[in-house]
Amino acid sequence: MIHQYKMDGLNIVLDVCSGGVHLVDEVAYDMIALYEREPREKVLAAVAEKYAGREDVTRKDLETCYEEITALKDAGQLFSEDSFRPMAGALKQKTAGVVKALCLHVAHTCNLNCAYCFASQGKYHGDRAVMSYEVGRQALDFLIANSGTRRNLEVDFFGGEPLMNFDTVKRLVAYARSVEKEKGKNFRFTLTTNGLLIDDDVIDFANRECANVVLSLDGRKEIHDRYRVDYAGNGSWDRIVPKFRKLVEARGGKNYYMRGTFTHANPDFLKDIETMLDLGFTELSMEPVVCAEGDPAALTEEDLPIVLRQYEDLARLLVRRRREGRPFTFYHYMIDLSGGPCVYKRISGCGSGTEYMAVTPWGDLYPCHQFVGEESFRLGDIWQGVTNLETQADFAACNVYAREECRDCWARLYCSGGCAANAYHATGSVRGVYRTGCELFRKRMECAIWAEAMRTREEQG
Amino acid sequence: MEHIQTLNTRNLCESAKNGGCGECQTSCQSACKTSCGIANQQCEKKAEK
Repeated sequence: MIHQYKMDGLNIVLDVCSGGVHLVDEVAYDMIALYEREPREKVLAAVAEKYAGREDVTRKDLETCYEEITALKDAGQLFSEDSFRPMAGALKQKTAGVVKALCLHVAHTCNLNCAYCFASQGKYHGDRAVMSYEVGRQALDFLIANSGTRRNLEVDFFGGEPLMNFDTVKRLVAYARSVEKEKGKNFRFTLTTNGLLIDDDVIDFANRECANVVLSLDGRKEIHDRYRVDYAGNGSWDRIVPKFRKLVEARGGKNYYMRGTFTHANPDFLKDIETMLDLGFTELSMEPVVCAEGDPAALTEEDLPIVLRQYEDLARLLVRRRREGRPFTFYHYMIDLSGGPCVYKRISGCGSGTEYMAVTPWGDLYPCHQFVGEESFRLGDIWQGVTNLETQADFAACNVYAREECRDCWARLYCSGGCAANAYHATGSVRGVYRTGCELFRKRMECAIWAEAMRTREEQG
Repeated sequence: MEHIQTLNTRNLCESAKNGGCGECQTSCQSACKTSCGIANQQCEKKAEK
């Protein structure tokens, strides 16, 4: 299977199963489209007819082009077959029972009252609570005990607002550091925060202990303050931006993400990206809002073309600033064509409910943070482990071949079947497909690959 | 080649032969998480080299 598209002067052909990316001229672009559909002579005749007015496109030239395509096909770089299906469950089977990442909900409460919050202002449709040190420590012990031979363990401090339970966060990190060597593990911590409680102590801790910090900022002040307000209704932009700047400056190049949400209020989110850049931030992410259809924040059909245009313009901005020596990173455009994950990983799905779980303040286990509060998805707890084996089996069976719609999608090995939570919320099934999300994802991949292709072109002069 | 320039990419068919160690980072398409997407993730084996 191949996918062809054009963007800003580049004709791009993706060979889906080998992962091949080819930049081709117009003649090759048209010929590749016909190659598998028609016999050689018909292909040559059709392309010759189309380019009849061009003197440089000779019969010999067309034959050369055809041979180039055939050579790539023979080398397994074009029209390669999907032979991965039998491997679809292999990685999950091999690592069955191994947990390598936990999302610790250390605070089901928040000091902001964002109307669009998927977690209902941190409460996840339940009671307000903070995780005790004892529960957190048991969660870390559960992770160590169930991580098998895996060395790198990921723990995300999440909420609500995790800094509302900062002392516990610090104690848990200290505990993990005290045992990781003896247990043969390496903890990688992440903190996701709205920023209000950032102070020098937090900055010092985050920069010393956290492999990544995710900072919530929606971009323009008026956009951010529309939803990200405190309980008195006051916007938070003015209070958090100076704190974020201080933290990032002190971070000294370590990973962070300035992470925004775009909604129906700002489908033109490129302006928000530009605001983040103007503020001096360079590691950026903007995500479509996750909320029920009909919610005032929800993106509409009319928003979609605007959003798709933003993605294209964002890719252009990325390339332009890189050229000017002012590069930035956009989370969804980070793509490592030569060193990305192997095919086992690419067909296995995201790992929610199997290698990755969320832990509530009470120690309950859920497949991921987005399922917390949905009682039927409760998998078990950190003392007994996973006891809801039926639900876990549903997640274990999620892979790129589990969804009919993915089988013919060119982007399937870049997305691995998509987000189970988005699928569930859109269709009622974790093995459904969130079509709007797919459309956005495909556009992002086209833009990301285009930007990488431009880099290659420019590096070659 | 005259008409086609092939970028340097990891051959996924080849990666089937020695892949699947499972050491890689957990993936998630949402950047509200510690994780990364499949597309932007690094192979842990390669990262160690």
